[in-house]
Amino acid sequence: MTTENERIELRGLTLRIRRAGSGPTLLYLHGFDGAAAAVAVTSRLAQNFRVLVPDHPGMGQSDIPSWLDTIHDFAYFYLDVLDELNLNDVHLVGLDLGGWIALEIAIRSVERLRSVTLIGSAGIHVNGVPKGDLFMRPPDVVLRSMFADPAKADALLAHTPTREEEDTLIKNRFTIARVGWHPPLADLHLAKWLHRIALPVHIIWGDSDRFFPIAYAREFERLLPGARSTTIPECGHAVHIEKPEALAAAVAAFIEEHAR
Amino acid sequence: MNFFYFHFMPYLHLDPKIRAEYDSCWMVLPNSAYDPKKGHELYNRYLDELELGEELGFDGLCLNEHHSTAYGMMPAPNLICAALARRTKRIKIAILGNATALRDHPLMVAEELAMLDNIMGGRLICGFVRGIGVEYLVWGVNPTFSHERFHESQELIVRAWTATEPFAFEGKHYHVPWVNIWPRPFQEPHPPIWTPTNGSTETVEWAARADHRYRYLQNLSAADACKRYMALYRDVAARNGWEATPAHLGWGCPVYVAETDAIAMREMKPHIENFYNMFFRNPPHRFLPPGYMSLESMRRLAVDKIPVFGPQTIDNLVKHGVVLCGSPETVREQLAHNAKDWGFDTHMGAFHFGTLPHELTVKSLSLFAEHVIPYVRHVNQPSPAHPSAVH
Repeated sequence: MTTENERIELRGLTLRIRRAGSGPTLLYLHGFDGAAAAVAVTSRLAQNFRVLVPDHPGMGQSDIPSWLDTIHDFAYFYLDVLDELNLNDVHLVGLDLGGWIALEIAIRSVERLRSVTLIGSAGIHVNGVPKGDLFMRPPDVVLRSMFADPAKADALLAHTPTREEEDTLIKNRFTIARVGWHPPLADLHLAKWLHRIALPVHIIWGDSDRFFPIAYAREFERLLPGARSTTIPECGHAVHIEKPEALAAAVAAFIEEHAR
Repeated sequence: MNFFYFHFMPYLHLDPKIRAEYDSCWMVLPNSAYDPKKGHELYNRYLDELELGEELGFDGLCLNEHHSTAYGMMPAPNLICAALARRTKRIKIAILGNATALRDHPLMVAEELAMLDNIMGGRLICGFVRGIGVEYLVWGVNPTFSHERFHESQELIVRAWTATEPFAFEGKHYHVPWVNIWPRPFQEPHPPIWTPTNGSTETVEWAARADHRYRYLQNLSAADACKRYMALYRDVAARNGWEATPAHLGWGCPVYVAETDAIAMREMKPHIENFYNMFFRNPPHRFLPPGYMSLESMRRLAVDKIPVFGPQTIDNLVKHGVVLCGSPETVREQLAHNAKDWGFDTHMGAFHFGTLPHELTVKSLSLFAEHVIPYVRHVNQPSPAHPSAVH
């Protein structure tokens, strides 16, 4: 499977997009840990789809835009990207931050979309159910909270980041804080408009997610009554790292069955 | 020289065993560790110690603002200022607080400060701050907007103070259709604005703008950083087309004076080490949340691995010139030397720090007032060529 890197100039910034595979268009919106961390999943998805993986504005190798103030700016920007690349019948797949962006896009317009898949998605807050926090705890504690299998976290922590990786980490944290500091990783107005998403929706969750506990999946199910749900067993929040095979299979199976 | 006296007002009855269970006494230490009866005594002790500053001949008192911490019991410095306003007659009060970026509405700050300036007949100095990183966590305020909100709120406050007709303020973070505060400040055009900082290029750039010329106060820093940032302030001022004088610069540091150098070192040691190691410490991820500093500064910190978070000893603090400690002779020599070498005319001494008891606080204050101030007073006095822009 060959991966092509593309840079497009749009709204005053350079957006980096990786492309792989062929078939129906799947736009993968990466999570807190960036596009590189999702390769195990996106490369599998590329066996069935034309997969596009942008680095979000202000993350990875995409520039920090001057206009980025809220999560809504991400949503309108990606609607512009869909127009710019003239993409249609797009399957949106988003992990945590990316799931939140997918929902913010879809409540605004489903015109160019075919389905939405959420993986351990951010975007809502369930009162009384404590969720993970990216900023209050030391980075290693935060990382461990993402995994059911401590050995997986240990393996990542054993790696000393290069200077370039350190720079990207600082930049990613800035951008996540920009849109997700307060209220933490949620838009309290999002839940009011989720009924606008007139598309097949798939909610995927690790059964042992300690970052967004399973109660968050239940709340999404309540707010999106037509949605299908898949629980990945023995898996924490980092589904894309802990169970990439099961995740890719679940994503593809849902689209095959409900959104072809 | 002008001599200001700074009080942190810490909750010094912290049980070290309870303190040791937490990585910081900010944010995470539960307030069950605070005993209101002891707090009541401390507030009154500290207010007495501050009032003593006027009797002893200091030019000003400094208050600050910190939240959710035993480091200081002063989340609302304007209240402490109000308590001092009518118990003092001459002395200036510099509030190195009002972290406007953390507050909902800058106009409330503008009004409170205008009230205080009126009550005190123009003795107020306003040292606006951004608050420290951890305060953005405890208040849920987004640190990536900290600089924007700091700048915009100050612009609104200064315009609200100086406008004599209602006006509309059209900002990104504050949008007010009809600004018209009552009362307006006593001082014309407004109370002096100071910029206290631990040192940053961004802060120098802000304070040394030609339309600001705010006094830049380098606080709790190593001597070489103090000298470097004060020189940078003069350079930036020159680049902006104006000449900075000692009246635009100040230095803040913990001070302890005793009969001899040896006594001073011995008596200061446990309390200043408690200040740094027990009260000041914060883990890096809470001290520097994303956006609190520019990305460039964050990168530099990450790359240089600057050891700002390790434990401190008095020997190290003295060696790096962070504190003034010694006999009156030692302290006056060091202070006069720094004032001339770095070019500032205002010193801000933290005469209380950590767990320093009342008797030692009063002894050190009195020795400084009697045996240091008169000897250093003449240094960097304004001359006709360089009249003070501040007082």
